[in-house]
Amino acid sequence: MTATTAQSATSSTPGRDSRTPVLSARGLVKSFGRVIGLDGVDLDLYPGEVLAIIGDNGAGKSTLIKCLTGALAPDSGQILLDGRPVQFKRPQDARDVGIETVYQSLAVAPALDIAGNLFLGRERRRPGLLGSVFRMLDHKGMRRSAAEALTSLGIGTLQNMSQAVETLSGGQRQAVAVARAAAFGSKVIVLDEPTAALGVKESNQVLRMIEEVRSRGLPVILISHNMPHVFEVADRIHIQRLGRGAGVITPRSHTMPEAVAIMTGATTLAETPGSVGARTEQNPSGDAGPPTPPHPEGHPS
Amino acid sequence: MTATVHPPTTAAEQFAHRPRSPLQRVQHLLHAHPAISPFLVLVLAFAVFSVVNPRFASPNSLSLVLQQVAVVGALAIGQTLIILTAGIDLSVGAVAILAMMVSAQTAHQQGVPGLLAVALGIAVGTAAGALNGLLVTRLKLPPFIVTLGTLSVFTALGLLYSAGRSVQAGDLPALLSWTGESFPVGPFRITRGVVLVVILYLVVGFALAKTAWGRHVYAVGDDPEASRLAGIRVTRVLLSVYTVAGLIYGITAWIIIGRAGAASPNAITDANLESITAVVIGGTSLFGGRGAVLGTALGALIVGFFRSGLSLAGVDDQYRVLAIGLLVILAVAMDQWIRKVKP
Repeated sequence: MTATTAQSATSSTPGRDSRTPVLSARGLVKSFGRVIGLDGVDLDLYPGEVLAIIGDNGAGKSTLIKCLTGALAPDSGQILLDGRPVQFKRPQDARDVGIETVYQSLAVAPALDIAGNLFLGRERRRPGLLGSVFRMLDHKGMRRSAAEALTSLGIGTLQNMSQAVETLSGGQRQAVAVARAAAFGSKVIVLDEPTAALGVKESNQVLRMIEEVRSRGLPVILISHNMPHVFEVADRIHIQRLGRGAGVITPRSHTMPEAVAIMTGATTLAETPGSVGARTEQNPSGDAGPPTPPHPEGHPS
Repeated sequence: MTATVHPPTTAAEQFAHRPRSPLQRVQHLLHAHPAISPFLVLVLAFAVFSVVNPRFASPNSLSLVLQQVAVVGALAIGQTLIILTAGIDLSVGAVAILAMMVSAQTAHQQGVPGLLAVALGIAVGTAAGALNGLLVTRLKLPPFIVTLGTLSVFTALGLLYSAGRSVQAGDLPALLSWTGESFPVGPFRITRGVVLVVILYLVVGFALAKTAWGRHVYAVGDDPEASRLAGIRVTRVLLSVYTVAGLIYGITAWIIIGRAGAASPNAITDANLESITAVVIGGTSLFGGRGAVLGTALGALIVGFFRSGLSLAGVDDQYRVLAIGLLVILAVAMDQWIRKVKP
């Protein structure tokens, strides 16, 4: 454990090290019976950045973010929020400290309306006796806030907040889920495959929403299969391969084919240190540097 | 970005903006307001039965329908809560009977005062409901299996505890049959039991529609995993639902004594199926997350109207059974159709 932390500390770069990561993971391990989901993964998320996580099927992307958001408890390893160790036993624990997740399944209740879903689990009560004694919900207020949250993310097309979510299109549902995360997330927003089921236009809308969230200073973790989307919005890209981190690149240091090659194991980050030449930029060249010693290529033992 | 309406460009978008057919409009309307169809059936039944036999609409006859409907209507409130969470409760009648026999026996045999006897019955009902909830949430057994088991367990306990004997209301403290007393409201005669049932409907209807707990009940029935990820304590919500249902069954036990003028361990044998019938006819979805107690009240009244109306029409009672069966199938088919509503 301590060894891993020391290694990652030395492998990190100056320039980046001066800032404390909002969220970091050290040596995360998670296995499911004999299947190893995560085999000692390190990750750093810095303030105001979009960090993409890419990887082939079974590379451990979902397991990684589930550990970061409390949906799964890692077998070993450490999660740090603002440099302080935290432990999430359930999703609510992560939400309580400001980490909001938009799951691939969206986690919306189809029969509830937009406002109901935005405030699901965090309903607002009416002021005064009606709220404190009769536990009455502030339906009107929640609808108004829901409309504001959606409009501020550039979703002006949804007007009726009492519309059931099941009557919405995929992109609109995604917008509701992202709006919920953006409205309540104070530290980190995690998006799991937000564009996987969407068309071109709707995908673009979601990418604009991600940029809007970043411009508010909220860091975003984006899990995606879609390389053009990743390269369009990500500041840095964490590549996950066979349960391990295969390195961190940036859209400037590497090309899409190179990213895919590292992701699929056709090459390694050590062999392909980057061709586009972003070394001189203030961007974290070291993050794209050689992988740490415990990251050899190949299947975990 | 302002709310500009983009002209449809792709075929899919044109499809999304297609004009709705009248049938689709009906589907959308029913989707938004599921109580419409039971309400229409109720009005239709009232009109038809009144024409067939004008006595049907007389205040006396309608008062009687209300009293007949009260017991199943009350049990159906608890049943609605459980079905909203995508569960089912086959033990409703057994719980009510057990609670009732505890009230009656403690008052009759041990001489427990009326108020305490009623409270004991309600406590037993609540505990029985909580037991169902614990089995569903802790052992993660399907509600159908849990309540099928507890249906037998509670029925047997009720029979064993009362030694299979009924207790007449005359042998009980007056408070136990308090719910059977009636008073005039205009030309109608309303029992206190009916008033109690109406209050239960209002309280549960309010809790479901206006409180966070109600929201969570719907959400858990709609999508338990999404609810969990949204931070709702699904287990706790389910446990509360089964416990509240048990509480309602305990109160219903009191209403049964007043209505029947006795506490009999062999009363309301079909309560589980009748309460489910009322819930389903009332438009609450057996798949959870959709419905309301208003619909259940309408559903219970529909069953009551059919019983009274067909009997006043001089039709064999089996036609009522047949008609209710068809209504149930129609209601579930409607629910399936309404659920397929497209954006």
